[in-house]
Amino acid sequence: MIDRDELLHVARLARLALHEDELETTAAELSTILGHVAAIEGLDLEGVEPTAHIGDVSDSLRADHVRPSLARDVALAPAPAIRDDGFLVPSPQGE
Amino acid sequence: MASDVQSLSATAAAEAIADGGLARGELFEHYRRRAAADKLNAFTWVADVEPAQVDGALSGVPLAVKDLFCTEGIPSQAGSKILAGYCPPYTATAVANLEAAGAVVLGKTNQDEFAMGSSNENSAFGPVLNPWDHSRVPGGSSGGSAAAVAAGLAPWALGTDTGGSIRQPAALCGIVGLKPTYGAVSRYGMIAFASSLDSAGPLTRDVADAALCYRHLVGRDGNDATSVVFPEPIETPTSERLDGITIAVPTALVEGEGIEPGVRQSFEASLETARSLGATIIDCEIPSARYALSAYYVIAPAEASSNLARFDGVRYGLRVEESNLDAMYTETRHDGFGAEVKRRILIGTYALSSGYYDAYYGRAQRVRTLVARELAAIFERADFIVTPTSPTVAFGLGDRIADPLSMYLSDLFTIPMSLAGTPAISIPSGLSEGLPVGLQICGPAFSENRILGAAHALEQAIGFDGSVTWGGAS
Repeated sequence: MIDRDELLHVARLARLALHEDELETTAAELSTILGHVAAIEGLDLEGVEPTAHIGDVSDSLRADHVRPSLARDVALAPAPAIRDDGFLVPSPQGE
Repeated sequence: MASDVQSLSATAAAEAIADGGLARGELFEHYRRRAAADKLNAFTWVADVEPAQVDGALSGVPLAVKDLFCTEGIPSQAGSKILAGYCPPYTATAVANLEAAGAVVLGKTNQDEFAMGSSNENSAFGPVLNPWDHSRVPGGSSGGSAAAVAAGLAPWALGTDTGGSIRQPAALCGIVGLKPTYGAVSRYGMIAFASSLDSAGPLTRDVADAALCYRHLVGRDGNDATSVVFPEPIETPTSERLDGITIAVPTALVEGEGIEPGVRQSFEASLETARSLGATIIDCEIPSARYALSAYYVIAPAEASSNLARFDGVRYGLRVEESNLDAMYTETRHDGFGAEVKRRILIGTYALSSGYYDAYYGRAQRVRTLVARELAAIFERADFIVTPTSPTVAFGLGDRIADPLSMYLSDLFTIPMSLAGTPAISIPSGLSEGLPVGLQICGPAFSENRILGAAHALEQAIGFDGSVTWGGAS
């Protein structure tokens, strides 16, 4: 149901590396799960509106008051790498 | 005194502290010692010393907190390697609300990674053992919370329920678990799995404790736009009878395949008890229930694939060092996430991807509407819907881990209420082959007081004794 190329495409969208030895098992597992969830294809849903969220989430804006946020050093403390006042990451182009 | 302290429910302990019969320090130290000696792997962190506390209705009552909740300065790892050692800079509102009432954090409890699982075997910190039988799972994803309460390592615990993660482990461990109406408890500081489904609630020794904990959990929170004001105060349940109450049973669903005979037997005995207390039992149908499971396993992974995008090795948690940014992202996520989390991220990404969105996510959202409608129609003519909480008693460690689908079926009875956002409680209904069976009682949105009342009446009549697991487990 889901082949190697499709799996690699989805993994790419999810920014999730899959190693060569994981591809076959993963594709098989996903196919089984998708086969099960495909049960909903058989249901007549004509005229049924989708529900993205239960409850009323309209009119939920709070007053636009300035309030304190996390101090910079507190926000940076759990980061794997920082430099000066920011998070440090490797270059998008590589070394 | 130790055994006397142990036998106190959270409600009784709070009262004993309030009237001076029990010292706060003694209660905390009693549970701290038990939690520190945990042999079930229920805890991922236990306090060294009693934390500072405020005066309130819950003064001095120790609280075990599922690791999915952020607790300031205390490891909050969501059962994941990608958050190993992470100490957040703030505390979740649910935990803060209980602390504001005087509760003290005793420890953090083990769970399935990011709350994805029904056995607690998907934890980077190892499986939790069921206190009733150490060769079996405690259920999940709030498995550590359920096992800790059942084994008397904590008087009560906080858990989360997305598709059954409070109710199912409560059932498998022989305790009480309440999944609230969606939005009744703030999600702020709960590490997100599926935002439209995630609910925080109590796991407790009895129904009165669930009500006491819940009273302090509910409330609108400016930090969670989906949280709401609970329309009435949460009462202490005192009902002994079910006169005038109509209970609907989805017979076709309950008699479907995969239900263990012992579970069905216990369920039928519960219905008989309900009748003897004055309730009227009627038959109902939830025709979309079998599609609900499929819809859930599209919606929850779809939301998870988006929520878990934040774990990228930049701001917190694990980073796998690579020479370029993209490889750092993808390898960090490869090494940091466990197998089930990866499966769900991939399923969710697939379901949301171009060309598949309408067939999967769009249809699943429509099924969600159907489920909510069907439940609402039943609540027009019945006060509650009852089912077994889980089709089976606690299964063996390793029995289902290789087959994700068989694991998903654990949530057959709990998922419809999650999709509809309606509240439900699981209470112990008896034993099957020496293992606890749970009874699920569901009502319409904001019917928690009525659910707790009915659960209390049934609890008193059933007379389940969970204290047998307090002795041997620690």
